[in-house]
Amino acid sequence: MAITVNRKKLNFWEKLYLPAIVGGLKVTLKHAFNTLILRKVVTMEYPEQKWTLPAGYRGAPYLVKDQEGNTKCVSCQLCEFVCPPKAIRITPPGDTGLKADRTNAEKMPAEFEINMLRCIFCGFCQEVCPEEAIFLQQDYSLVALSRGEMIYNKEKLLSLGGVSPGIQKWKLKLDEAKAQESFPVKV
Amino acid sequence: MDWNFIIFSLVKIAVVVGVVQGLVAYSVLAERKISAWIQDRVGPNRCAPPFMKYVPILGPFLTRLGVFQPLADGLKFMFKEDFTPAGVKKIYFFLAPAVAVIPAMLTVAVIPFGSQLGAQKMVIADLNVGILYTFGIVSMGVYGIVLAGYAANSKYPMFGGIRSSAQMISYEISMGMSVIPVLLIVGNLNLSQIINWQATHGWLVVYAPISFVIFMVASFAETNRTPFDLPEAETELVGGYHTEYGSMKFALFFLAEYSNMVASSAMMVTLFFGGWTLPFWGLDHAAPSLGLGIAHILIFLAKMLFFMVVFIWVRWMFPRFRYDQLMDLGWRRFLPLALVNILITAVWLWIRS
Repeated sequence: MAITVNRKKLNFWEKLYLPAIVGGLKVTLKHAFNTLILRKVVTMEYPEQKWTLPAGYRGAPYLVKDQEGNTKCVSCQLCEFVCPPKAIRITPPGDTGLKADRTNAEKMPAEFEINMLRCIFCGFCQEVCPEEAIFLQQDYSLVALSRGEMIYNKEKLLSLGGVSPGIQKWKLKLDEAKAQESFPVKV
Repeated sequence: MDWNFIIFSLVKIAVVVGVVQGLVAYSVLAERKISAWIQDRVGPNRCAPPFMKYVPILGPFLTRLGVFQPLADGLKFMFKEDFTPAGVKKIYFFLAPAVAVIPAMLTVAVIPFGSQLGAQKMVIADLNVGILYTFGIVSMGVYGIVLAGYAANSKYPMFGGIRSSAQMISYEISMGMSVIPVLLIVGNLNLSQIINWQATHGWLVVYAPISFVIFMVASFAETNRTPFDLPEAETELVGGYHTEYGSMKFALFFLAEYSNMVASSAMMVTLFFGGWTLPFWGLDHAAPSLGLGIAHILIFLAKMLFFMVVFIWVRWMFPRFRYDQLMDLGWRRFLPLALVNILITAVWLWIRS
């Protein structure tokens, strides 16, 4: 059944459109005045002004170093496996390849590439990383002149990622291991 | 044929065409800026030639004002690929923008934009049938749009063209009728004479307010501006009659629309707001000196710019009329009103005489 909407009967003055016209002109004039004279602009002039990002913002994933400037990534390739768009590509060092640049860790990646054109900033890599070596950081505007430039390699990722003040999982491992040698164990 | 007349006419034509083109370019900027302000935005504020950043205070100010935007727009139109879609009717397709823009430019020929500079009257053609000429030219403007709609060989431009023809023909009648009281009061078709009459008796908007309202609304309809922009209703017809046009041909339609705006603002000022006169400081009679002559031209421009702003302001306020509402307003409201207005004016003049 059709629903009848009762329209308001307009009186003669309202039918002239004039009150509506004047009202409309007032509204638009008020907005123009607010913007032009009072400078109540609601827009943001983007490249100069940028919004403050919330703490949990998921931007581009970068590799981080620990406090001593060592690579945290141990090339376990979990992030590569978990990455939904397959944006991460890790080249492990192999048998004779790169040793880790810090003590206790077994290895570090020979190459670590993230294709930022594929990356969807989902944060799975950060979540899965057992070493806390990769974090989604605050960058959201990644620009390059070619597709090749959008594949970020290890150096670039490390330099962009900066230092993470997080745990140093392996730092005391050597002392702990040595402590295991003697008896009784003193930790 | 005296050479003096020809040379001065050519100079006047060149200057007027140049000024109108400039006004068109900058009214596009004004449109964008004013719409931005009304919608709480900033508007174009980036465009600047490279050397502008070395100009200390003025440079950033002008850039923020968007003063260089029209130049960039013009360049863009110039360098865009002039694409002709397959299946268009080529002759009409090429002809339509020209047919649209020429009447728009011709209308300003009879408008007195100032009293006189030295011995020269500041009007290109001081015709005795000024208003008739204007209406004749204005009604030619519809051909450009209809041709464009027809030539594009595509359904939405066709709709736009048909709508435009219906709308313009309807509102032309109200427009013509609305001016008749003015002619009755003044008793002359010459626009300069109308301004002279207003200088002595006061502005005609006081004598014929209803005429002014009808004329204004009809000129909104004639120039295809919101709320009567059905021929180019973006939300309904893609782009209306100029859907298939690109680059400079599209720019010509743009030019035609804004030149029409300039022309009808000028007509409103001339017919109802005293043209180049101001009722005080002795600015209401032909200028004896060069400075006063320039002042008259500036007064005219200022009044005209006011109406341009009103045109733009109204565009960002009103929703579009529905087609039947448009026809209803034109034929069943304004036409009878205009006729009654003629009658009342005639009776009033008869009683007074």
